[in-house]
Amino acid sequence: MERRATFDNLWIAAALIAPQLLLVFVFFYWPASQAVYWAFTTQPPFGGSNEWVGLQNFQQIFADAVYWNSVVVSLVFAFLSTSLSIAMGLLLAVMVDRQLPGYSVYRFTYFWPYAIAAPAVGLAFRFIFAPDAGFVSAVNHWFPNLWNPALDGVDAMALIVIANAWKMAAYNFIFFLAALQAIPRTLNEAAAMDGAGVLRRVRDLQLPLILPTLFFLLVINITESFVDSFGIVDIVTGGGPARATELMVFKIYSDGFKGLDYSMAAAQSLVLMVMVVGLTFVQFRYVERRVHYN
Amino acid sequence: MIERTPVLNALTHVTMALGLVLLILPIWIVFVASTHDYVTVNRVPLPLWPGSDLIANYSKVWATGNFGQTMLNSLVVAIGVTAGKIILASLSAFSIVFFRYRLRMVFFWLIFITLMLPLEVRIVPTYAVASNALSPFQQMFDWLGIAVALPEWNLLNSYTGLILPLVATATGTFLYRQFFLTIPDELAEAARMDGAGPIRFFIDVLLPLSRNNMAALATIMFVYAWNQYLWPLLITTRADMQTAATQLQKIVPGPLFGQPPVWNEAMAATLLVMAPPLLVVIFMQRWFVRGLIAADK
Repeated sequence: MERRATFDNLWIAAALIAPQLLLVFVFFYWPASQAVYWAFTTQPPFGGSNEWVGLQNFQQIFADAVYWNSVVVSLVFAFLSTSLSIAMGLLLAVMVDRQLPGYSVYRFTYFWPYAIAAPAVGLAFRFIFAPDAGFVSAVNHWFPNLWNPALDGVDAMALIVIANAWKMAAYNFIFFLAALQAIPRTLNEAAAMDGAGVLRRVRDLQLPLILPTLFFLLVINITESFVDSFGIVDIVTGGGPARATELMVFKIYSDGFKGLDYSMAAAQSLVLMVMVVGLTFVQFRYVERRVHYN
Repeated sequence: MIERTPVLNALTHVTMALGLVLLILPIWIVFVASTHDYVTVNRVPLPLWPGSDLIANYSKVWATGNFGQTMLNSLVVAIGVTAGKIILASLSAFSIVFFRYRLRMVFFWLIFITLMLPLEVRIVPTYAVASNALSPFQQMFDWLGIAVALPEWNLLNSYTGLILPLVATATGTFLYRQFFLTIPDELAEAARMDGAGPIRFFIDVLLPLSRNNMAALATIMFVYAWNQYLWPLLITTRADMQTAATQLQKIVPGPLFGQPPVWNEAMAATLLVMAPPLLVVIFMQRWFVRGLIAADK
């Protein structure tokens, strides 16, 4: 990225980048370091400065079954909604990429759900899957009490998984289609000349070539499911019933802002940060190296 | 392509149509539900055709949900984030790419790392900063033993507080850096020979060239900012500072207890919240897709 032609008025260079650095410092680095500081200290009940307690906050959250519940719930949610949304996005992208007549209609509409805010997605699905209105409750007509996300934890989890996967499938579709269209047409044609049918080409040519995109999307989807799902959970289930859908972000929010326990919330934030950064690292280091074709 | 595969083609069409139903039908249902009266909307299953109460529902929810004010707030936030992002990102990328100084790679990484931790995972301390934006400097002065008392600058319940933390990320900087790296050196050389300074070069050469980039970034930032939920929920307590997205939570009873929402009005509100970013994406499709793909690499 070395350029030959550059300017050398360093005052201007500094002035140009200063606002961004200032913002990043105040709203990113400072809060992130505060989170670390709070995670290792506690606030005395009657005011005064924070007291250093070492790993005590972490011991406390790791000994707490409610905390482990939120971790398990987050992982289950991440696994289910990621598999569902990736499978759906991939399937639709492969279909659209065949460019049969009329495919442009689908290409133009499939990505719409991604533009919709998480709470709006949540409220829409809360209606469609409501136990006493909407559509899905029709099953209760034949099998009373089969479906009730307000009382049954499994139903509630299924509901937020479907809502999140619906939104992310649209996102995944965009990326899969872009990756598929980046494969040179000639490769596909050569394989067809060699007698490979459509399905064979999908399996042995297209899928291996878009593997980097697949891994990239895996990481993004898991991260998003940790982060963006707050709006869905808050509107659809409120973490219930009986904490069956209490994701980590949701618990941090309720501990920090409803329970006003900053140290506990900070310790949990730190664990979440480590998970998210770890995932990003896996993406940068491992995935990018393992899956390369050119 | 070349071969004839009638069965497979039929299957593909069926799957694509099913996909369309799955992805678009929920939006249609929201619209349909928002046009029926209270009795019809609670019928199971809901009719799939719009009813006649569209105007009644929307005018009612527009008033009860205070959507005139909250949609305006969302619009201000979305435009503020978009504009702030474009300005800051283009300036800082310009500094990193077109000037030669030792710290520039350090600066680049300092900004780039912010991509790793979304706002949601560091909300608690960011909230503390927003309650007094000068507190980081105050604390640093205290450590250094400098006796300066900075005034408090409270960002809660303000547009500044809603906007600034969302601008402090790397998305746009990265996008602009990638673009500036594709500008041929000759262009900068020619501009210098003609006696243009850096500012002149930026305004007269780089900005016009980066119009595509700007449109792509603007589209994804608008959608991103409009759809923010957790952050506005935290830092706004006053009713007149709510955004449209947080207003959804206020107009329906909580999910755990209490009676179900009045669905026709709730769906009207949902459609109000989802419409602006959806329209932006539909009309700016090309830019949206390009921005998404370029920004997340």
